[in-house]
Amino acid sequence: MKLFEYMAKEVFARHGIPVPPGRVVASPQEAAQVCSELGEVAIKVQILAGGRGKAGGIRFAASPAEAESLAADLLGREVRGLVVDRLLVEKKLAIDQEFYLAVAVDGAARRPVIIASTQGGVNIEEVPEKLLVKRHVDPAWGLHPYRTRQIGRRLDLEGAVARQFSDILLKLYQVFTGSDAELAEINPLVLQKDGRLVAADGRLNLDDDALYRHPDLPRVAEGSEVERRAQEAGLSYVELDGDIAVMANGAGITMATLDIIQHFGGRPANFLDAGGGAGVEPMAQAIELLLSRSPKALLVNIFGGITRCDDVARAIVKVATARGGLGVPAVVRLVGTNEQEGVSILREHSLEAYSAMAEAAAAVVKAAAGGNGGGADGHPGR
Amino acid sequence: MAILVDERTRVVVQGATGNQGRFHLAQMLAYGTRVVAGVSPGKGGEEVEGVPVYDTVEQAVLHHAVNASVIFVPAAFAKDAVFEAVHAGLGVVVVITEHIPVHDAMSMLAFARHHNAVVVGPNTFGVISPGKAKLGIMPARAYSPGPVGIVARSGTLSYEIAAALTAAGLGQSTVVGLGGDRVVGLNFVEVLKRFEEDPGTRVVVLVGEIGGTAEEEAAEFTKGMAKPVVAYIAGRSAPPGKRMGHAGAIIERGRGTFDGKVKALESAGVRVAALPWEVPGLVASLLQAGPAPEPEARPPASED
Repeated sequence: MKLFEYMAKEVFARHGIPVPPGRVVASPQEAAQVCSELGEVAIKVQILAGGRGKAGGIRFAASPAEAESLAADLLGREVRGLVVDRLLVEKKLAIDQEFYLAVAVDGAARRPVIIASTQGGVNIEEVPEKLLVKRHVDPAWGLHPYRTRQIGRRLDLEGAVARQFSDILLKLYQVFTGSDAELAEINPLVLQKDGRLVAADGRLNLDDDALYRHPDLPRVAEGSEVERRAQEAGLSYVELDGDIAVMANGAGITMATLDIIQHFGGRPANFLDAGGGAGVEPMAQAIELLLSRSPKALLVNIFGGITRCDDVARAIVKVATARGGLGVPAVVRLVGTNEQEGVSILREHSLEAYSAMAEAAAAVVKAAAGGNGGGADGHPGR
Repeated sequence: MAILVDERTRVVVQGATGNQGRFHLAQMLAYGTRVVAGVSPGKGGEEVEGVPVYDTVEQAVLHHAVNASVIFVPAAFAKDAVFEAVHAGLGVVVVITEHIPVHDAMSMLAFARHHNAVVVGPNTFGVISPGKAKLGIMPARAYSPGPVGIVARSGTLSYEIAAALTAAGLGQSTVVGLGGDRVVGLNFVEVLKRFEEDPGTRVVVLVGEIGGTAEEEAAEFTKGMAKPVVAYIAGRSAPPGKRMGHAGAIIERGRGTFDGKVKALESAGVRVAALPWEVPGLVASLLQAGPAPEPEARPPASED
């Protein structure tokens, strides 16, 4: 889960990392009010996407009147495809130099990694490797202060600035471990003309699997409405832009199913991993959810291990019965545990099950294109 | 021959009295795996399928000389369970549990590393050496003994590929599930290394997916391998920035793409199947072309 900039900075500030004075606002009047308190301000749209500056999402105002009119202009506008409903209004900084500083999970190294650079304020992916300082931290020992001094030295920091940098890095590492983050990033970390370092922008991406132990941290809803409903139902669901609805069991096979549909010239409408061992009820819910988006066809691809094919068949029949038909051609591929039972349940409802993935994918692509691929609802099985 | 687990592996199931633990303990026993003990704190003295249950892994080691564990405990307690298994001196710890916080995973893997224990997973389907032992949740009938090593990030996709190989008469030496999480104990390179040294393996099948850099690192490693490698990568149609079921299956900031992985593998000489059902054909052709297995086993390589 990604936090908005203003939320990340609240967490940073709680850990003692200096951030610019400012407030999050939702109206032009509030923006004017903050400006009258702080003087010259930066007004920044709060969206969960990078590249705001280039998209016109960061503006500067010298007077409350200007802040009000800029805020009025930004609120409600779309920036990088996202509607702006809140702004962070902050005191404008007198910038001397910009650094990059982050702590992230390095999956390949199985350890946290600190990334620092003198090239701050830009997309870190565009910074050449030789300008990045990367240091892994063994989670068993944690981050010791001498390593923050080493990294500061590498950035050519000295004296009071080096001391501030060490302090901020130690605190950022605390934020990273203390909030179960996948990424805690300050970009840019600004050296102001008065010699003080401040986190001018902040990102904090939290581990979804660890949110349960952080009731104090804010929650940010991600994804479309259907994606949120799916998430609440415990399904692993991603919306795509095609017209063939897909349900499979297991992340790998679900991805492969989408690839195979594409291989046969079709366009998948979603990723839906029903998981291993899902029962009739959750699978019926999953199918309902898929049909609610009005796809042109439905493909159910099951390799039954813990998942039982008869449960899958019952889920399909349950939805079809409740809705008076599935409403779209459905292609079902069933292999594995209780396969025969599943196949006969489907057959009683004039649905034919395939055993080869290739044939099933080809059939559903044909059905979505208007041909006769599947079985239900005026599309009798072959 | 096989890697990681075989008929000598003596297994303790941690979380043996839960639903998943009970069910899969029975399945593993039925397969012929030497499951000799279970552990569930507070349930010491009970039995599951005739297997004695203890309160601690230490007791299981004391009474049954167990050397491997399969963990089914809930995510919130999984870190503790892995520490316990590693502390008790077990060499192979298979973590089935999914949704373990990534900071817990990093911490338990660091502990295992310092104790030279191998952790498989988390969020893995386990490890099976067909005909010898099964430590995990995979459907047994997909497998048969033979010369093909399989290493995969995903469960069901690898079942599908193993079943297709089995149907084509191409059995497996060992099948290893790395796990779908972003941070896992074993990676492709470490498993490829073991397959390369295993006299029972003649061809390796690598089942990868988008996200991370593990496939690219594997591609680099295969350049020095004598045994041929076939790969299938899932996620060609996945959009960037979306987590495709597995925590690790996400294209982030332009990294972990399908094209990048396929390019790396192909330029290393790996045969990449465009579709899963092409894997058996590629494997069969390499088995025919490849050299006969060495008559003499190489000495076991030392760890790292």
